[in-house]
Amino acid sequence: MSEEKKVTRRSLLMTIGIVFNGIVAAAITVPVISYLLSPIKKRGAYNQWISLGSLSQFPEGQTRLVDFVNPFNRPQDGETARTPCWVRHVSEEKFQVFAINCAHLGCPVRWFPQSELFMCPCHGGVYYADGERASGPPERGLFQYDYKLVSGELHINAGQMPTLANQASLGKGKSPCLG
Amino acid sequence: MSRLKKLYNWFEMRLQLEEPVKDAILHPVPRSTASWWYVFGSAAMTLLMLQIVTGILLALIYVPSASEAWKTLDQLNHQIYLGWFLRAMHGWGSNFMVAVVLIHMAQVFIFGAYKFPRELTWILGVFLLLMTLGMAFTGQVLRFDQDAYWGLGIGASIASRVPLIGGPLVHLMLGGPIIGGATLSRFFALHVFVIPGSMLLFVALHVWMVLKLGINDWPMPGRIVRRSTYMQEYHELAHKDGVPFVPDAFWKDLFFSGAILAAVAVCAFVFGPYGPGGQPDPTIIQTAPKPDFFFLWIYAVLSYLPPSLETPFVLIVPIIGICLLLALPLVAGEGEKSWHRRPVAVLVLVMVAVSWAVFTHLATFTPWSPVMDAWSGYPLPTKLVHSATPLERQGAVVFQAKQCRNCHSIGGTGGQRGPALDTVATRLTEDQLIRQVIQGGGNMPAYGKNLSPPEVTALVRFLETLKPAGQPAATDASRRQQAQEVAPQP
Repeated sequence: MSEEKKVTRRSLLMTIGIVFNGIVAAAITVPVISYLLSPIKKRGAYNQWISLGSLSQFPEGQTRLVDFVNPFNRPQDGETARTPCWVRHVSEEKFQVFAINCAHLGCPVRWFPQSELFMCPCHGGVYYADGERASGPPERGLFQYDYKLVSGELHINAGQMPTLANQASLGKGKSPCLG
Repeated sequence: MSRLKKLYNWFEMRLQLEEPVKDAILHPVPRSTASWWYVFGSAAMTLLMLQIVTGILLALIYVPSASEAWKTLDQLNHQIYLGWFLRAMHGWGSNFMVAVVLIHMAQVFIFGAYKFPRELTWILGVFLLLMTLGMAFTGQVLRFDQDAYWGLGIGASIASRVPLIGGPLVHLMLGGPIIGGATLSRFFALHVFVIPGSMLLFVALHVWMVLKLGINDWPMPGRIVRRSTYMQEYHELAHKDGVPFVPDAFWKDLFFSGAILAAVAVCAFVFGPYGPGGQPDPTIIQTAPKPDFFFLWIYAVLSYLPPSLETPFVLIVPIIGICLLLALPLVAGEGEKSWHRRPVAVLVLVMVAVSWAVFTHLATFTPWSPVMDAWSGYPLPTKLVHSATPLERQGAVVFQAKQCRNCHSIGGTGGQRGPALDTVATRLTEDQLIRQVIQGGGNMPAYGKNLSPPEVTALVRFLETLKPAGQPAATDASRRQQAQEVAPQP
């Protein structure tokens, strides 16, 4: 039909112009996508061993609140660079280091030594002393950090906010976490 | 005067705006649309303008840095002249805007205004609603206090539940591994550039379509919308019995917008700015984070969902809801507009409104949350232990000291997570009480490992005293049977 006849020199130049702009735009924007996605890093890239201090701070049989400065902090983080966690000294060289974040939606859980329970103020998640889920909406126990003892100090493998996505498995709560 | 006219003409010759503006403001609209029911859309736009102006004024002082934001909010509240008032205007303006947008939507829905040919106007409106809510959420984050910090934690926890890409999604949302400076910066960019920019574009198209397609005629039972005839019918309605949009309909918009602005200012003046609450220091864990008013219902829903349903519900239901809203005008684009002939529409609206109100009301006193300081903050009513035996009193001490009160209320104070225990002895026998304390169950933790046998005995003795005078204690029918068999009554 007549449409074929309409391909003139100028309409062809216009088409080429559009394609040219498209190519330039793609060449510029594709690298920028990586800029946008730069917070996403490989599994474990945000984790680092950090010291929670001397073992003498953690009397056996007690659960204590400590905080550490996140290894991946920036100057503008201010006080948000600090992260609290609960350290339970079970026996001798056995520890449990629980994330502050409730496994339900991340609110800060509080330890009650009298009833030996962790309670969450948001939606009422409750955990036993060993981090197992006791009641409420969480579907698993508290998140735990990997720990090791290095020359009289307690070190944990931490760096990112613990969530269900960076946990090995659901349900048990005992799985070591990358959190 | 002639000089003014000359100046006008100089501009008009170059701008050539007179004709399109006249067209827009003088276009005829059906007489019935000059109604007080049709003022909410323009009020929402007025509030958007207010938010932009107050937002820019706040941005002159506010520093979107996790280490500075809270301090600059505090400065605005206490040191900068009228800073508190602008923060209050922006905060109350946001509340009013969400409310007016919701009312506008409900009105459009119940008046059938989304039907042909205004389907796309509705669809853009759905996106505008989502953006308004997005502004409310990101705005709450910019008020960088404890609630904002832990609110982001809740957002990240929800994002982490997305299958496969949950982890990367959390990092993308937070701008890094933790809630911090990068998080606030990206929420600032969303709140100040991305969402308002898209909103202005969508509002422009939305209003353009209202002007081009005309304001929805007042729904009359029996006046059926048909794609083949509607345009003709509307044209007749607007031209035969029509009035010019300005001033016949517009004066009501002006009055209402003015009243809304005045209401925002009065609320701002009387109630003041929102927060900021405590500093966003994650190591201060003595906090019970709560979302702003318009997200309270989500807070309630999230605490009532059973654990197994939570992830699917949180991830799927919002998508279904949005799809339903978007599909509505495409599926029901024709037919009756009048609410007299649309009982399902009326029921849906009432149901949504009632559920929303109930959940919001529940979230104002959070019966699902333990009261974290009830065990140490609320003493037991003296009359309960007045004539108790030493063992029962010891049980009362156990009851308080083991934080039972955080979840169970007695005498009207304490948590509401578990049942109130004022009459527990009429419901549970001694055996049942012991079992419940030791093994827990029904959403109660098991205290078996934590209580010594004497403590359990004392606690149960105390619980057995909790019944109204004159009411019998709960009994075990099978035990009574056994007792009767051993010693038959004469």
